[in-house]
Amino acid sequence: MTRHRWLLPYLLMAPGLLWLAAFFVLPNIQMVLMSLSTGSISQGWTFAWDFDNYLGAFGRFPDNFRNSLVYGGMATLVCFLIGYPMAYGIAFRGGRYKTLLLFLVIAPFFTSFLIRTISWRILLGDQGPFLAVVRNTFGVVPANFSVIGTPLAVVAGLIYQFLPFMVLPLYVALEKIDKRLIEAARDLYAGPWRRGGAIAGSIAGGVVVAFVLTGLGYASLEEGGVVGFAAAVVAGAAVGGLIGAFLISESFVRVTWPLSVPGVFAGSILVFIPAIGDFVNVELLGNPKSQMIGNVIQNRFLQQNDYPTAAALSFILMAGILIAIFIYARVLGTEELTGGRS
Amino acid sequence: MSATPEVAPGLAVTARRTAGRGGGVLRAFERWGVPLFTAAAIFYLLIPILVMIAFSFNDPPGRFNFVWGEFSLAAWGNPFGRPRLGDALATSLVVAFISTVVATALGTLIALSLTRYQFRGRSATNLFVFIPMATPEIVLGASLLTMFVGTATEPWRTLTGGALFPLGTQTILIAHIMFNISYVVVTVRARMQGFPRHLEEAAMDLGANGWTTFWKVTFPLILPGILAAGLLAFSLSIDDFIITQFTSGTEQTFPVWVWASIRNNLPPQIHVIGTMVFVVAVGLVALNTILTGRREARDRRIAQEEAAGARKARLAVPE
Repeated sequence: MTRHRWLLPYLLMAPGLLWLAAFFVLPNIQMVLMSLSTGSISQGWTFAWDFDNYLGAFGRFPDNFRNSLVYGGMATLVCFLIGYPMAYGIAFRGGRYKTLLLFLVIAPFFTSFLIRTISWRILLGDQGPFLAVVRNTFGVVPANFSVIGTPLAVVAGLIYQFLPFMVLPLYVALEKIDKRLIEAARDLYAGPWRRGGAIAGSIAGGVVVAFVLTGLGYASLEEGGVVGFAAAVVAGAAVGGLIGAFLISESFVRVTWPLSVPGVFAGSILVFIPAIGDFVNVELLGNPKSQMIGNVIQNRFLQQNDYPTAAALSFILMAGILIAIFIYARVLGTEELTGGRS
Repeated sequence: MSATPEVAPGLAVTARRTAGRGGGVLRAFERWGVPLFTAAAIFYLLIPILVMIAFSFNDPPGRFNFVWGEFSLAAWGNPFGRPRLGDALATSLVVAFISTVVATALGTLIALSLTRYQFRGRSATNLFVFIPMATPEIVLGASLLTMFVGTATEPWRTLTGGALFPLGTQTILIAHIMFNISYVVVTVRARMQGFPRHLEEAAMDLGANGWTTFWKVTFPLILPGILAAGLLAFSLSIDDFIITQFTSGTEQTFPVWVWASIRNNLPPQIHVIGTMVFVVAVGLVALNTILTGRREARDRRIAQEEAAGARKARLAVPE
């Protein structure tokens, strides 16, 4: 027994790792093989190095790939903009309520993902409270303005579903920061960020507004459309500039932000990955034109039985994610990535 | 670093004031703005839950529970009054229970190895356990479906005894155990950081063998972490839709039932069952948190008393 002690950790891990090997690794290998096969569900598939599936996957669904990347990117960006101050608030101002606040952040996970999406359909519906306020009370949008069935609803759903995945790693990163470093920065004359903040804030604000409006399809090239678009971008730049000049301190830029970058990376990966693979939000909140790559995979697998194309699409998704994870692991290390420090 | 500059006290005060000048907005933002924003964002996260609870008391004007009609207790009086809804919830509960028990056992063993032993391949294991969590659910479900369907043809059909195809409760279970293992590992491992190894050494010194030490010392100490992981696994399993949809065949869990129903109608019963699951899950987590908190407070108190006792003993014994 003592002679073979080095075996013990492997023995303890064996059942769980074998389960993952059998039902995570093997299925993925099978999927890669399927993505290179030809045939049909009635005649069976044969492995044939058929790379046409990949050509078809890229060539036939460019809109879906674009939707996935644009909606996923937008959701990640907005989750970051909401999630960072939120995580900062919990980590630095949460006091003895930190545990409760974190619990409230994950509370949505105790209801079904589908039911939460259905709730947004109620809230954003044509007779729902959101339009009642924005359209009927304030008249900010035209009378025929709808949210359900548009990319706006899909992105709103994605932002909501994945916000906790942004907040939690950001909180972990911010919580670890030694508060004395920030005090030291203040003692060393760190004040408001002023000019740097105004410049960086207005550029960021303008770019965010331009990206969101374009991505949601509200930017049109008609005469009035261009003027409205430009006005919105300028307004975004102004708001960003004010935030940068007045609400961001130098100690934040020089101490807190650099130390929280690992959390920003982790949160962005954890939001972007599930967001680009999602099909539920589009199905319940969007329209056929806003379908993402997840909808195509789901449809090809479960309705059309076109396994090779669906497998090729899944593998493209998986490969992109593996590349992101390996880059992350290279830069920050596996322990940082998986939260295991001992 | 250079030597500390010698600054007259008065000058330092002036400098500090200069640095702070114009920072009034900044300070007000730190003090009031950030907490207000955080509170508003947390409220935003909770809105859909409030909507779910409210709409469980709705009597919708049509077949779809999307618009408020009038207040009604009808759905609460008859929560399973839809065909197959009760069966679907029963399947959900069975799958969640079994997958939680199996995944918690397998995941805890991995977490124990990762935190207690230094071995070759430890870092690779960390990464390997993490990857399923980072894989989109649709890929997990789709790849399992590909493999399960693959076992429908020979020779795999004979080798697997037809257990993996046609799909059914057993394939849902296999999938749920698979995605739960990683979450259990991460949760248990997080709770094991800062584990008091000296207590195990003390037990060993007092003559306990490895087995006794584990059950009498290690296991009670990591039990709160294991329970937390189990609760997480249970809630992930009972709510899972995407992977289940790919691996369920004609079998239905509650989320799959909701998805199948939504094309034709959306009865308020969905919101009633959603509310029940939410209340039970939150209740269990709250209970675990309170019990763990109490235990930790007791341990702290005992540690303080022991420390005080040791100090007293040292004072009493002359050197």
